[in-house]
This record gives sequence, C-alpha cells and structure tokens, in this order.
Amino acid sequence: MITPRFLRNVLIKGLVIFAVINLVWAAFNPSLGKLSSYNILFEGRERLPFGEDSARAYNLSLYDLDAMFASHKLAGSTKATNEFRVFVIGDSASWGTLLKPEETLAGRLDSAGLKTASGKEVKVYNLGYPTLSLTKDVMILEYAMQYQPDLILWLVTLESFPRERQLLSPIVVNNQQRVAKLINGYGLNLTPPEGTSSFWDKTIIGQRRALADLLRLQFYGVMWSATGVDQTYPADYEPAARDLEADDTFRDWAPPTIPDDGLALDVVHAGMQVAGKVPVVLINEPMLVSTGENSDSRYNFYYPRWAYDQYRLAFSESCSVNSWPCLDLWDVVPQERFTNSAIHLDPLGEGILMEEIIKSNIFFNY
Amino acid sequence: MSLTNVLILVGFSLAIFTVSKFDRTRKFRNPLLLVLSTGVIFWLQPALPIRGLDFWLPVATLTLVGLGWLMTSKAEERSPRESLITGGLVVGTVVVIALTRYLGMTGIITPSRPPQTLNILMVLMVMCAILFLSYKHMKGKTAFPYVAGLFILLVIFAALKLPVLAEWLSEVLRGMSRQSRELASALDLRWLGFSYIAFRLIHTLRDRQNGRLPTMALDEYFIFMIFFPAISAGPIDRCERFIKDLRQPFIPSADTLGNASKRLVIGLLKKFVAADLLAMIALNAANAGQINSGAWAWILVYAYAFQIFFDFSGYTDIAIGMGWLMGIKLPENFNSPYLKPNLTQFWNNWHMTLTQWFRAYFFNPLTRALRSARQPVPVWTVILITQLATMTLIGLWHGITLNFVLWGLWHGLGIFIQNRWSDWTKPLSARIQEKQVLNRVVTVFTTLLTFQFVALGWVWFALPSINLSLQVFGRLFGMGA
Repeated sequence: MITPRFLRNVLIKGLVIFAVINLVWAAFNPSLGKLSSYNILFEGRERLPFGEDSARAYNLSLYDLDAMFASHKLAGSTKATNEFRVFVIGDSASWGTLLKPEETLAGRLDSAGLKTASGKEVKVYNLGYPTLSLTKDVMILEYAMQYQPDLILWLVTLESFPRERQLLSPIVVNNQQRVAKLINGYGLNLTPPEGTSSFWDKTIIGQRRALADLLRLQFYGVMWSATGVDQTYPADYEPAARDLEADDTFRDWAPPTIPDDGLALDVVHAGMQVAGKVPVVLINEPMLVSTGENSDSRYNFYYPRWAYDQYRLAFSESCSVNSWPCLDLWDVVPQERFTNSAIHLDPLGEGILMEEIIKSNIFFNY
Repeated sequence: MSLTNVLILVGFSLAIFTVSKFDRTRKFRNPLLLVLSTGVIFWLQPALPIRGLDFWLPVATLTLVGLGWLMTSKAEERSPRESLITGGLVVGTVVVIALTRYLGMTGIITPSRPPQTLNILMVLMVMCAILFLSYKHMKGKTAFPYVAGLFILLVIFAALKLPVLAEWLSEVLRGMSRQSRELASALDLRWLGFSYIAFRLIHTLRDRQNGRLPTMALDEYFIFMIFFPAISAGPIDRCERFIKDLRQPFIPSADTLGNASKRLVIGLLKKFVAADLLAMIALNAANAGQINSGAWAWILVYAYAFQIFFDFSGYTDIAIGMGWLMGIKLPENFNSPYLKPNLTQFWNNWHMTLTQWFRAYFFNPLTRALRSARQPVPVWTVILITQLATMTLIGLWHGITLNFVLWGLWHGLGIFIQNRWSDWTKPLSARIQEKQVLNRVVTVFTTLLTFQFVALGWVWFALPSINLSLQVFGRLFGMGA
C-alpha cells in the first residue's frame, strides 16, 4: 500500500539524489569522450564524425575532440616500426563529401601501397573536417599530434584563409578553451572567444546535448560497422555552378587588392609550430576552373579571379619566404570532375589529385 | 507522439486526478474526459499537406462516433437531455478549436491553421442535421445500420491502407482544395487513431447486433471511443469493461498515484530510451540494402524485434498509467511475449487486445461456421484455414501490402505447424514434463526457437518490398550478395 508520505519521500529523495549527482558531476567535470565503443566493439571510423542527417548517414556532428578521435581508427591503431604515418587535414574536400572513405584522397593514398625511400609503409589517415577555417585545421592538428605522425598533408583553399572566418566554424565555436589556448599560445591575430562555461553548463543538465550526442555516436557504431556508410549519397544533387554571376567581390573584399592582413597566414605559421619537427606539406587544393558564363571574371562560385590570383601569389610567397614545402595544385583537375561544390571532387578527380601528389615525390624524401 | 506530447497528456491525466480528488459530487470527471479527448484528437492529428484535412479528419472521427452511437443505441434508452449536453460539449469544443484560427497564422491546438470559421460552422450544421435525423429515425430495430456501418468502415479502411486507393483519394482531395494533384501521396491521408476507433466501432456494432452490447449514454460512448490515452496506439478495450470503470465513482489515492507513476516511468523509459535508441540500429527500408555481413544483419533484425516491442509496450504502459490516474483500468496488451515457449502463446501475449478482438469477431465465428458446415471439414483444415485467414487479416490491418500479407501468412503457417506438432508430440511432451531439468531445457530451447521465428517474421513486416526482404534473408543465411 502506497501512502502519501511514501510518495512525498520518494519525490524528495529522487530530487536530492538528482541534485547531488549533478553537483558531483559539475565539480569533477569528467571527460567521457575517450570512453568509446569504437576500436573495441566496432571498427574505428575512417574519418572524423560529421553528419547532418544522422538517421541516414549513421553519423553526426559533435564537438568533443576526445570523442571524435576516439571513434577514429587512428585511436585504435598502434604505430608499427615500419609505418610511415601520414595525416591529411583540411576541409570537406579532404574529408570527402559525397565520397566513400576509400575514394577520398587519404583513402586512395593509403591503398596505393606507397613506400618511403627507407622502405617504410605509408599509412594515410583522413583527419579532414567539413568546415573552412585554418584555425579549425590547426586545432585538429594539435590534438592529432599525440598520434605520432611522420608527415602532414594540409590541404587549403582561399575560403579557409579570411581572418573573419577563422572562428565561425561550429567546431571552433564549441571548443572555446582550445581555441583561446591556440590564440594566446601562438600570438594569433584573432580575438579569443570571451564566453566561459558556467557551473550550470558543467552539470549533467547543462551537458545533456553533448552527452546525448556521445551516446548516439556509440550507437551509430553498429550501423557504421554493419554498412560502412558514414554519410548520405544522394542519387541526385545540384552540381557546382559553371555559369557564374557577374560579380567580382569576394566576401567583403572588393577588387583590386585583398586587404592587408586579410589572409590569416599567422594561423599557418601556428600550424607549422604545432607540427614541430614533423614536416607539413601545404597543398593548395584543386578547384573548379569554369569555362561558363562570366568565367572571364570568376573562376567559380567561390572565387573572383583577382582575389584568387592574389591569394595564390601570397601563398607562394609565404611558402618560399618561410621555406614551407608547398604544392600548388589549384588547376590540376578538369571541371567535369567536380561534384556539388567548386572544391568537391568525384572519385576520378581524387585519383588525379593523388597522382599529382605522388608525382611530387614527397613520400620518397624520408 | 513526442516526449513533450506524452508529458502534456500525463499533465492532463494528473489534472483530472486532482479534480477528482476535490470533486465531491463526482460529476466533473466525465465531462472533462469528453472535452479533453475531443481536443486531443485535433491536437495529435499529424499535419497533412492537403489544405484543412488535418482539421476535417478529427471532425470525421467525431461524426463516425456519433453515428456509431445512434446505430448501436436503442431509441427508448436514449436520454435527449443528456445527449444534447454531450453533443453541445463536443460541438462547443470543436468550435473553440476552430476559433483558434484568429489567434495566429499557424495552428495552436491543431497542426495547421483551422479552416475558415464559416466553412466549419456550415459543415458542423450539416453533420448535426445528419445526426439529428439519424437520432429521429434510427430506432435500433433493424440490422441494416450494422451492415451499413461495417461496410462504411471497411471502405474507409481500404481507402486509407491500400496505397493505390489512398493515392487516388489524395488526388481527389487535392483537386477539391485546388492543390497540385501531381504531389498526391498515400501519406497525405494519415488519420489519427482511425484503426483503433474502427475496431471499437465494429466491436459495438457487432455486439449490438448480437444483443450483447450494454446500454451506453452518448458521453460514455464518446469517451470509450476517443479516450485520449488509448487513441493512437490502443489498447483496444471492451466497452462493457470500460463503462464499468467510468460509472464507478473514482476516488484518487496515493496508491493509485504511486502505481500509475511507476507504470508511466517504465513506459517512458521503454519508449523514449530503449525503443528510440534501438531505432537507430534497427532494420529498416534504408539500411536493409546496405548491410555488409550476415552477423550484422542478425543484429539489425534483433534490434528491430526489441525496438518494436519496447516502442509498442512502452506506449501501452503510458496509456495504462494515464488511465489509472483517471480511474480507468485499460487492459494489458503485452505480457513478456518474447519469453513464451510457442507461437500460440506468443500471440496470446503480444498485442493481446488486438488478438482478442480478432478471436472474438473473426476467428471464433469462422471456426464455428466451418465446424457447422454441412460438409464436414477435417479439424486440421479448419485450423489451417482459420489461422491463415486470421493472421493474414491481422497483417492487412497494418497496411494492405504484399509484405504484410506475407507476414500474416508466416505467422498463420507457423501457428498451424506448431499446433500440429504439439498434437503429434503430445505423449512425448507429457513424458518430458515429468522430468524437471529436461522440461526446463526444452522450454528454453522452444522459447529461443519461437523468438527466432518471430524475429525473422519481422523482416517481412519492417520492409516495404519482397525483394528487399529476400535480400535480407539472403544475408542472414549467408546467401546472395
């Protein structure tokens, strides 16, 4: 027989226990991201988790780098003595939008059976992430350094460089402490995010979204292992524009020159410092060079010719002044090989890019 | 139903619990239940792309219920005053919902903005006129209304569940509302709770025809038909049991509150934790063709088996918990069905109110008819025909598609084979039962076998086409690409 007194006690005890658990959680602020079912129960993912249609992609976007890397196959692989470990970082073109894991640049390089001059086997890991920001790339690189890379291929494009875009990527917005540390540590010309997390944010209630995402990521491990699918592959998509607007502005920049300090080259410097002694090859990634309407003033949807040409000049000058190994592969892929964006390649386009990279002999210097 | 929807409904139930606690006259619960249930069928109705349809379908539900009462009640047992009050409450609720049109451009209670008030008033007047004329002329003395009622329900059912018909009807309705016919889809006609209301209507029509239906006032009939906890996913109650609860004075107690809360918490955990997590990895039309190995295919099939159980039984727990808070003891629908040692027992414990309904209104009459046929029919043939027919109908109730037919046949044949096997091995079973350990081992084995059979059956149920189902079977048994 349940009495009103019993019900009242249950309610009070329940509330007290819930409050205590929340307080203890907030006080210790445990990081659960490293606890992962990947690489134990399920295969590690071929690329970092990212997805906008979770139910169909068996993937989701979350911002906990611990959890993201713990789900990657990199976290489950022990570096063998004869392994030459290569990381590919960059934007959605490196991550491989519309491409299966094995069709991406990293996937193709990895399965190419490459060996270094010293006979080590080249193992390539995809650490691209689909937003355009050099700061995001450096943040990922800084985290990835614990996995002992031997070489880093850093694919960039003009869209990653504008200073005002550096802190807009959601993964950057949601990792304020890491970003602030990067900005302050490397003296970047960026304003550190001001927000600090409150005590409330540290409770289970405050972290409910992140915790739910973490749990969902583990569950999607089943579907990833069962299907090998980690993004949606629509049968139909809108192809990247070939006929372009008669507009020669790039973001807020008007011709004829890119504003002084408009390109966040200091972030590239920071990336090089983060990599330390590990060589970083900067690759200006291929883009669609249109021959359609208004292609005399624009290369593609993203870039007017004047801005991109100046960016390439600045890129090449920085490489030579700083002695960074660089590859400018901006026009190596014909326009038919681009899919839904001026930087997204189809599998054949990735093959062309891979051949160009292999031709440059970067793996054979080690 | 989303978690928010469920919590709001629980809030309504708690409100009725509280009102009942302080209502010494015991007069407020039923009118409150009537008004809330009427409102809820508008509120939970899914949004539909055909203009105004998500308002008109709940109106049609109420009209069908009103007609159902007129067809099943005897003229001499109707109380004009009470009927008028009930009718006034229902129509008043609909008018109030219709007037929310003036509170914003989107729906407040309804999924989209209600149609123009003048149109609603005109339709309501026509409906009331039809019901009034029926009230005057239907005396409940001929069989015609029952036959007509059954026919109407079956036609609506076919129109909603047969994809070709549903699409055609959608085209017609789109044409009437001057919308593009090209976009017509069977999904345009999602009618909240129609299946369950149809079951209840058929139950009252048939029981009235057989003289077993108790006398019900209009408000009791309405509440029984559209009782909000059970509107979207059952259980399918019987009216004689339901009105017994409704007529009893409800005295809320801490015991009721405690037990109901426990049931609600269990239901919420089953539905919104277990089922929703399993849904992420359960077999479905999208992932069936992507599975890359037999082992994973088994996991996805098992995940589906448990997902559908937790989802459905979770909803039932929630409905039962809410019912308790309002003094209505809805029947149980699941009793550990996956722990039963044979298929007959599985079906006696899975969606129990549905199987009881089919047993009462189809299986038993069909069995009786076959057994009393002039030409004697062998027992095994009677069992085969009745099981196959019943299970196929249960399959068709979920949707008129070949896969649901196959799912029904799968279970119909399964039950028939199990029945014959049990009959054939009766002496052996008796000997096994005498040996405790052996009996336990056999029970564990048959329970696993039954679960396996049911889980494989879900492959037909979960997928939209035979080809896809065969592809999954191929994966499961290491055949095919």
